[in-house]
Amino acid sequence: MKIALMGQPNSGKSTVFNDVAGYKAITSNFPGKTVEYTLTKFNLLGQTIELVDLPGTYSLTSFDLAELEARKYLLKGNVDVVINVIDASLLSRSLGLTLQLLELKLPMVICLNMIDEAERKGIIIDIEKLSKIFGVPVISAIAVKGKGIKELFSTACEVGEKKKIGKTINFSKDVEDVITQLSIQIKEKQISKEFKIPERFLAIKYLENDHYFMENFKNRDKKIFKEINYFQDLLREVHGRPPDVVISSEWHHLSMNIYESVVTLTKPRASLIDYLDNILMHPLFGYISLGLIFYLFFNLIFGVGKMVEEPLLDYFYRLIPLIEKSIDPNTLSFSIISGIIQGLAGGIAIVLPYLFPFLFGLAILEDLGYLPRIAFLLDAFLHKIGLHGKAIIPFILGYGCTVPAIMATRILESERDRFIASVLTTMIPCAARMTIIFALVAFYISPQAALAIYILNIIVIIISGKILSRLLPEVTPGMILEIPAYHVPSLKVALAKTWLRMKEFIFIAWPLLIIGSTILSLLQYYKADMLINNFFSPLTSLLGLPLVVGTTLIFGVLRKELSMLMLIQAIGTSNIAAVMSATQIMTFTIFVIFYVPCVATIAVLWKEIGSKRTLFTVFFTFLLAVILAIITRFIY
Amino acid sequence: MTITLDSIGENKKAKVVSISGGWGIRQRLGCLGIHSGDIITVKRSAIMRGPILISVHGNQVALGRGVARKIIVEVE
Repeated sequence: MKIALMGQPNSGKSTVFNDVAGYKAITSNFPGKTVEYTLTKFNLLGQTIELVDLPGTYSLTSFDLAELEARKYLLKGNVDVVINVIDASLLSRSLGLTLQLLELKLPMVICLNMIDEAERKGIIIDIEKLSKIFGVPVISAIAVKGKGIKELFSTACEVGEKKKIGKTINFSKDVEDVITQLSIQIKEKQISKEFKIPERFLAIKYLENDHYFMENFKNRDKKIFKEINYFQDLLREVHGRPPDVVISSEWHHLSMNIYESVVTLTKPRASLIDYLDNILMHPLFGYISLGLIFYLFFNLIFGVGKMVEEPLLDYFYRLIPLIEKSIDPNTLSFSIISGIIQGLAGGIAIVLPYLFPFLFGLAILEDLGYLPRIAFLLDAFLHKIGLHGKAIIPFILGYGCTVPAIMATRILESERDRFIASVLTTMIPCAARMTIIFALVAFYISPQAALAIYILNIIVIIISGKILSRLLPEVTPGMILEIPAYHVPSLKVALAKTWLRMKEFIFIAWPLLIIGSTILSLLQYYKADMLINNFFSPLTSLLGLPLVVGTTLIFGVLRKELSMLMLIQAIGTSNIAAVMSATQIMTFTIFVIFYVPCVATIAVLWKEIGSKRTLFTVFFTFLLAVILAIITRFIY
Repeated sequence: MTITLDSIGENKKAKVVSISGGWGIRQRLGCLGIHSGDIITVKRSAIMRGPILISVHGNQVALGRGVARKIIVEVE
């Protein structure tokens, strides 16, 4: 049985998902798209259930790609049950989506999540009455504590077996008449068969001027198009407002009426968390806290990473002399074995110690609901580089991994904003580049120097943003962003998120790392690395770097951290300071941070912003890296 | 008196009269519970002409200045 979770952003969908998913969950892409969803399978009463966590959507009118894909997934028609997850403390607003989902005539269950939070806010919901109105089961839950989840899924199974469909609620009479008449036309022309959706839903979408459905048949049937126009004009005339406004106020009124009939309001209980914004969004203390939070955040990563990295590296590099004793260092098999060990060591000792605390910390900040607050605080600053506050979210995610960060630029409304944000995101030092900064600069030079690199990086991004927004002088559309209530993060959900993101490194990057370092060993064995190094010698000598660095730069395009790990192998010692001067370490790091994004990033850029703009990004970042590295060479 | 939402001070209430933007902005605001007739409280106004934070139907929404300027409201 296939169950899909559908709900508005921040409704706790992912928490419900993680209650049953555990470590077996996988992320998957919609066909041909970079939009991701999470998928898991589990057993319930002897039945295998496939559970899909679709991207959060405010309504079934799609604005962005993620919402559009979520809707398409539902319309494809192979979902057996939809679980509509609702934040019970925001019931009135959430019902809009519920009403629209009912129009799809799919078996459905409503999950009133965060019911404790609603009660705290003084919202007491008559669950039986709500269930009667919609004709579908309503289950209350507290997903963070795992309460109500079992009942939710067993009810969902029951509904799926009986194929129980809810009621659609009628609009006011004149609007309802228009919808019915248009539905009849649609039925006659058999348009909805093509889309496999109820005529009534399609009629409403057409009246709403939904771009997706309008585009999809514009050129096919001129006659029905005329009908739609006629009915849209009718609504406009009678109500004196655009037809989409008429429909959305109908949804709104229905939601408000239902809300009022099922809710009793009592006195809300205040909680400490309500006062948090007095500090965190304060015009002065807000910025101080922001700086402090990020200072602590990076200190923590560095602290944890360093503590783990040193003993682990020691251990690995004690292995090599041991092997040298049993295998002759000049043989092929020794080259291969040492290559594999270097690759393993790179993953376990250098990358994981920094990656795990970073991703975990980010998941906590995300779940707490702090990221939208940062968008609020920094909106005015981002306008200076031609973007708006929401762009900070891909930027922050970029400190984790550039690939999901570029996908996250989709929350921006205009294509121009997405392009600028994507280019700038590629320059943000991702976790891979962070390991280079920490393991080379912080480790061999000083933590202050590492901090200086981060500051320099931000300055360069600001200047690049200014240049790009000059080149594309369109005005950014304003920010419209929900600031959700704070939620105490659940350890389980944060760990599950971290694990999902770590998986990518462990199963994709790490094997590459091991293969890469084995190849490098082989190249060295056959003395082929000199050819590559000679090819790059104009660049390496321009930057004043040792000749052996040449090969490592190619690996850096595969995965950024490879360039450092390969560096360690290429110069033949883990003590880099013995071979490279502080200036050379600095120059190398600056170059690697900015030059050409990694292969995975190029691939996702290609899909998101197209080939021409991707090539522009590659060229632009390469040029920038060369210039900055030369400056570093002579100044530092 | 009708004015635009961006010119309202902190902790003031206002009723939405109309939204002067296009299809996209109307729909987006509608999804977050902002329609004509709804009561909005301005909670905060960021520095340097940054966004404003409003509360509507028990929910908080940040609106850029440009967006707030498109919302026509009536102060009680």
